[in-house]
Amino acid sequence: MSVMGAVIDGPLAWGVAICGLLISGGILCTVWRLVIGETLPDRVVALDLLSMLLTALLVLFAVAVRNNSYLDAALALALISFLGTVAFARYVERRFRKDEAPAPDPEPKIEVGARDA
Amino acid sequence: MLELVVEILAALCLVAGGLLCFAAGLGIVRFQDVFLRMHAATKAGTLGLMFIVLALCLVAPGLETVIKAGLVSVFMIITAPVGSHLIGRAAFRTAAPFWSGTGVDEDCEVFRVGAATARMRAEKD
Repeated sequence: MSVMGAVIDGPLAWGVAICGLLISGGILCTVWRLVIGETLPDRVVALDLLSMLLTALLVLFAVAVRNNSYLDAALALALISFLGTVAFARYVERRFRKDEAPAPDPEPKIEVGARDA
Repeated sequence: MLELVVEILAALCLVAGGLLCFAAGLGIVRFQDVFLRMHAATKAGTLGLMFIVLALCLVAPGLETVIKAGLVSVFMIITAPVGSHLIGRAAFRTAAPFWSGTGVDEDCEVFRVGAATARMRAEKD
């Protein structure tokens, strides 16, 4: 059987096709949540899940084309997405603290020439 | 014959992983607040990824592929809970709205629960 030029024969090819469709559906749902959002943490969670699903898609691609290179990309994405999540979480907390503080601490005055002393 | 059985097993793992990934996406759209959505996204997403990695390991041509795939899943297992915990803590401290069915332990002061409960009560009244 052939779908859009791609030949699907054997159980593995069918599994790859079905899995790809399901992951694509999941990615669409996640992007929808990323767009409508409600709160900022919602969007961060959606972004986290999006990178996880993209990692899964890369591993699936490695299965489909029998190429190890996609695994390197999946490995890098798994590491980088974690850094992004941590940075976003810190950003969310810090932004709220700025809004929450009624009167922020006044900037410590630096006297001119103090650095030279 | 053995190859066919292995391929069928790998295909089943792929379908299971795809279903879990789709469930994660569905959960993140359908659930009511940030914390429930996080629960769906992290757990179902990680398990789905691991099923797909398992399928890759089943049909892998050599040991190198298996090691790389194992590294991917190990990194996901280490980083996903930590990242999810950080987002959850940030959401809680920024007083993200709760679902009406969520209960809060009012004696807990470690996470500055006072502000969150005050907000919940204000929304209920």
